[in-house]
Amino acid sequence: MSDPTTDDTTDPAEPSLVLEDVRKVYRMGDSDVVALDHATLEVAGDEIVALVGPSGSGKTTLCSIAGGILSPTEGRVVVGGEEISDYSPKQLTTFRQDKVGFVFQAVNLVPFLTARENLLVVDELGRRRGAPARQRADQLLEELGLSARAKNLPGQLSGGERQRVAIGRALMNDPALVLFDEPTSALDTKLGEAVMELIQTEMKSRGIAAIVVTHDERMVHYADRVAHILDGRLRA
Amino acid sequence: MRIALRELRRRPSRFATATTILALIAVLLLFLGGLLDGLVRDATGALRAQDADLVVYSSTARDSFFRSRITPEERARVEAVDGVEAVGGLGVALLGGRVPGNGPRDLADLAVFGYELPPDGVGDPPAPGEGYADEVLRDDGIEVGTEVLVGPARTPVTVVGFVADTNFSGQGSLWVAADTWRSVQNANRPDATVGPGVFQSLVVQAAGGVDPATLAGAIDDATGGATRTLTLDEAVAALPGVEQQQSVFNQIIGVTVVVAIVVVALFFALLTVERTALYGVLKAIGARSRTLFAGVVTQALLVTVVASAIGTALAVALDLAVPAGAIPFVLTPSRVLASVAVLLLASVLGCAFSLRRVLRIDPAAAIGSAP
Ligand SMILES: Nc1ncnc2c1ncn2[C@@H]1O[C@H](COP(=O)(O)OP(=O)(O)OP(=O)(O)O)[C@@H](O)[C@H]1O
Ligand SMILES: [Mg+2]
Repeated sequence: MSDPTTDDTTDPAEPSLVLEDVRKVYRMGDSDVVALDHATLEVAGDEIVALVGPSGSGKTTLCSIAGGILSPTEGRVVVGGEEISDYSPKQLTTFRQDKVGFVFQAVNLVPFLTARENLLVVDELGRRRGAPARQRADQLLEELGLSARAKNLPGQLSGGERQRVAIGRALMNDPALVLFDEPTSALDTKLGEAVMELIQTEMKSRGIAAIVVTHDERMVHYADRVAHILDGRLRA
Repeated sequence: MRIALRELRRRPSRFATATTILALIAVLLLFLGGLLDGLVRDATGALRAQDADLVVYSSTARDSFFRSRITPEERARVEAVDGVEAVGGLGVALLGGRVPGNGPRDLADLAVFGYELPPDGVGDPPAPGEGYADEVLRDDGIEVGTEVLVGPARTPVTVVGFVADTNFSGQGSLWVAADTWRSVQNANRPDATVGPGVFQSLVVQAAGGVDPATLAGAIDDATGGATRTLTLDEAVAALPGVEQQQSVFNQIIGVTVVVAIVVVALFFALLTVERTALYGVLKAIGARSRTLFAGVVTQALLVTVVASAIGTALAVALDLAVPAGAIPFVLTPSRVLASVAVLLLASVLGCAFSLRRVLRIDPAAAIGSAP
């Protein structure tokens, strides 16, 4: 990638994510819910890992911790060489701006912004680089086959197109790791497969690592590796 | 911030309700403020127009013209005080005036002032039996040359010119020479006659560099406590009813501002609730609470600016639509600016009620199906 906006050159040999004995306990009144228990996972610099498990097994919790949205109760979290286990909420916010990308299950674009503006939100909330960010947004939209749709509002886009915009938004900050939480569950099989293929090519061509949460075993072969999770415990 | 501005531009209808309500509140604020300003203007014009630093009443008068009498001897003592530049007598009689051509019951409300030192915009005292009328008396059909018959005794005063913003107690002023005033007063108020040389009060010009407040004390000392001397501003505020009017109106204005705060608070709290998911997503991708809240405040301020502009336009239209003199209403730029400033402050305060909610929105809720 000869991208002018790339400021951190991630060494592909360095793991993009290290989870070490991560435990997450939700306090619910008097009872504790253990959502993750001694989760240990290492994702290589450009690896795509599928995370498969039944509902309530802790997939979203794992993604949230890996992406700096939640802090672990115990354990070590290292993303792109940066240890975030003990970060304050403020440090986590900056970390999310710079280091990770998210694609959510529900399409969560800003409804009154065009496709292109939805990508640029990342820059407005973060470093505000201006022109290079606009250049990058246009480039991403083109790669995602959305150039003709750049000026459309989310409401004027199809489900697949919206998910592609969301992928573009996740890539805007040139992250070390992108977290996909059930990116295809709102799409039909054919569209889902197209989106998975797109995820695969985008990640591979950029050498970015990804965790893709899915219920759907058919999507698994797009990943390099599958991690199974059950009741908060990982089985590789 | 950009996101907030784009939302305003792309979805103006979402903000229409709040804008409308705030515009109506702005009209109400301007109307109340303008009414207060008009009432105060018409109550105080005669004093504000005085080209003087101090007003001297007798100490028993409780700062009112009607209970006050200053004798020539007291006046001489005031004139002898060091730092007094000039002294003029002042007296007023509130009476109805018959205007030729008007019905017998259609009296013009007059404040007949006898004066010596010309107030701002008023010439030297006119000849006996003549007077300068305030502009507002034109609405009563008074013109230059009109002979007004003042009071039950029908003392004739011929209008020889007009002056502006010199009213007193809501009545149109008629500025006459001291002796003309005495004859009007003595003919129409047999219960409150004034002797030769006696005035109700004195206006005093301080010599250059003399502090008026200090001079006021010196004057009251010189008269042995027979007088009570106020600065012009104090005398204006002490006029009967002025402070009461101000406090009543300011209370109503205060309640209106509270309503504005509540409107903004409710409206933007609702919007914030609606945006919980959106804010969660934005936080997940790195938005700070501060940025999101700044967006809310920006929107509230812009809504308020637009509402204020509409409100001001409506108030100006109202001002033009209401016939002159029908209600005491003046719309001054300073009143408009003050009202807009208060509304802007109210909108920021209103937003503050959404701050906690914005801070509490959890990005974790945005990412998955977790409760
Ligand atoms: N904020 C929370 N408070 C309390 N318990 C929670 C919270 N979030 C998740 N949990 C619990 O933690 C466990 C793991 O939840 P998580 O959302 O990670 O599961 P998941 O694998 O993503 O499920 P799904 O496939 O339904 O999205 C569940 O038992 C859930 O009820
Ligand atoms: Mg989930």
